[in-house]
Amino acid sequence: MSNTLNVVLAGFGGQGLLFAGKLIAYCGLIEDRHVSWLPSYGPEMRGGTANCSVCLSDEPIGSPLVLNPDALIAMNQPSIDKFAPVVTDGGVIVADMTLIGSVPEAPQATTIQLPATQMAEDAGFKQLANIICAGRLWAETHFCEEETLFKAMEKCVPARKAQMLELNKQALHIGMNA
Amino acid sequence: MSEKVLMKGNEALAESAIRAGCRFFFGYPITPQTELAAYMAKRMPKVGGTYLQAESEIAAINMVYGASAAGARAMTSSSSPGVSLKGEGISYMSGSDLPGVIINVQRGGPGLGGIQPSQSDYWQATRAMGHGDHRLVVFAPATVQEMADLIYDAFDVADKYRTPVMILADGMLGQMMEPVELREAISPEDLPAKDWTTEGHKNKRPHNIVNSLYLTAEDLEDLNVERYQRYKQIEETEQRAETFLAEDADIVLVAFGATSRICRSAVRAARDEGIKAGLIRPITLWPFPEEAIRATLPTAKAYLTVEMNMGQMVDDVRLVVNGAHPVDFYGRTGGVIPTPDEVLGKIREIAADLDSAKGDE
Repeated sequence: MSNTLNVVLAGFGGQGLLFAGKLIAYCGLIEDRHVSWLPSYGPEMRGGTANCSVCLSDEPIGSPLVLNPDALIAMNQPSIDKFAPVVTDGGVIVADMTLIGSVPEAPQATTIQLPATQMAEDAGFKQLANIICAGRLWAETHFCEEETLFKAMEKCVPARKAQMLELNKQALHIGMNA
Repeated sequence: MSEKVLMKGNEALAESAIRAGCRFFFGYPITPQTELAAYMAKRMPKVGGTYLQAESEIAAINMVYGASAAGARAMTSSSSPGVSLKGEGISYMSGSDLPGVIINVQRGGPGLGGIQPSQSDYWQATRAMGHGDHRLVVFAPATVQEMADLIYDAFDVADKYRTPVMILADGMLGQMMEPVELREAISPEDLPAKDWTTEGHKNKRPHNIVNSLYLTAEDLEDLNVERYQRYKQIEETEQRAETFLAEDADIVLVAFGATSRICRSAVRAARDEGIKAGLIRPITLWPFPEEAIRATLPTAKAYLTVEMNMGQMVDDVRLVVNGAHPVDFYGRTGGVIPTPDEVLGKIREIAADLDSAKGDE
């Protein structure tokens, strides 16, 4: 079996899940792997769940649409209800418990519950719960080298937003140590 | 070559068009191609080009007609319903022998349809993109890298044969990001000169005319016959396809664009189960890559065409296979993307049929 990680990041629009997906995709790119990033752009974006699919693989990626993720970052109730049951055997779920009331049964996977939005607010950057979740996912799966994660962040945050880069890196650390 | 960057298909098309020497873009917003026009709006002024959001899709294609008649590399983009509106203008471009590139980032139809990915404009692109006796060269990229690369070929082929060229993408390819290595930029001044353009002759040569109106039947017939000789040359020299494990395959899948990626996964899974499946991926839809399919006729036992529509390209596959083997079809429509498992299920069915037919012998 090839070394592949299929990730779904899902939540409300505005939580930065597409950005967190891009961060993971850039990690793959930096390590010279095959990478795809596919956002949902349909009507569901305007209601419950905005999500994106990210694939990292050592082989060319067939379908970029992830139906059964190996890893799920869920940042609201509809997202975890929809995707937790279809996570693969041995997969990982990162659930933002500030925004999720109850986690559905997913005995096939490891579920990590953390109050990411609350943690972000406590640290003074409430918009970065997405990055805390990404950091936590990295701590669980080590989907790339640690150094790569920070290099990827530098690719994702535009140079003119240097102060945001520092905050994003802090958020990563919080997630990695959560 | 530059460093690899992550780009959306729509953005890669736009950036590469500029690098291929396109300096005139006329568009109108429609999901799922809007990022293309938005990117052009941002970048085109920085390279001294013209970006214009037209008042309609019809206006946009006629602006392409005008810029092309003046010798420029010009482009427009839209998604399915908007491309239908461009049909008239594309026919006029063919009738006037004007090069130009039209992008269709397809969505579900008919009518306003939906905004999810689709391939249901295959017939429109390859058969009837406007009225009259004419064809359109159609490229079908399957990755963001290929979207970036094929733009160069699209402009080159358009200029070489003086014909409009379409890049037929879909919402999935337009919206997804993949690593892409952008090619060197070509300066418009370095492109081959055109001697037929209407950009002012300064009394140094006879004037040129760009026109599609010919009221004498014999004149129009002569022009159409001449144009079809060019089409014949295109059919002979411009067919393109990629084959994947097709050489020894019992079951040959035929799929283009986004669907071909899904089929590639299904073919790999079928091989893991011991089913000899393979894939032919047309890169040009017109000219249809007949040669690539014909090459598999001696070894293949069955064909399976997979599309995001109700079955359109399957007609072209059947024309080439011409009854030599069964040609089956699997498709999803309305914006639903088929899964590798669904396609694998269909491959298994065909494999079982082949086995039982063998048992009957």
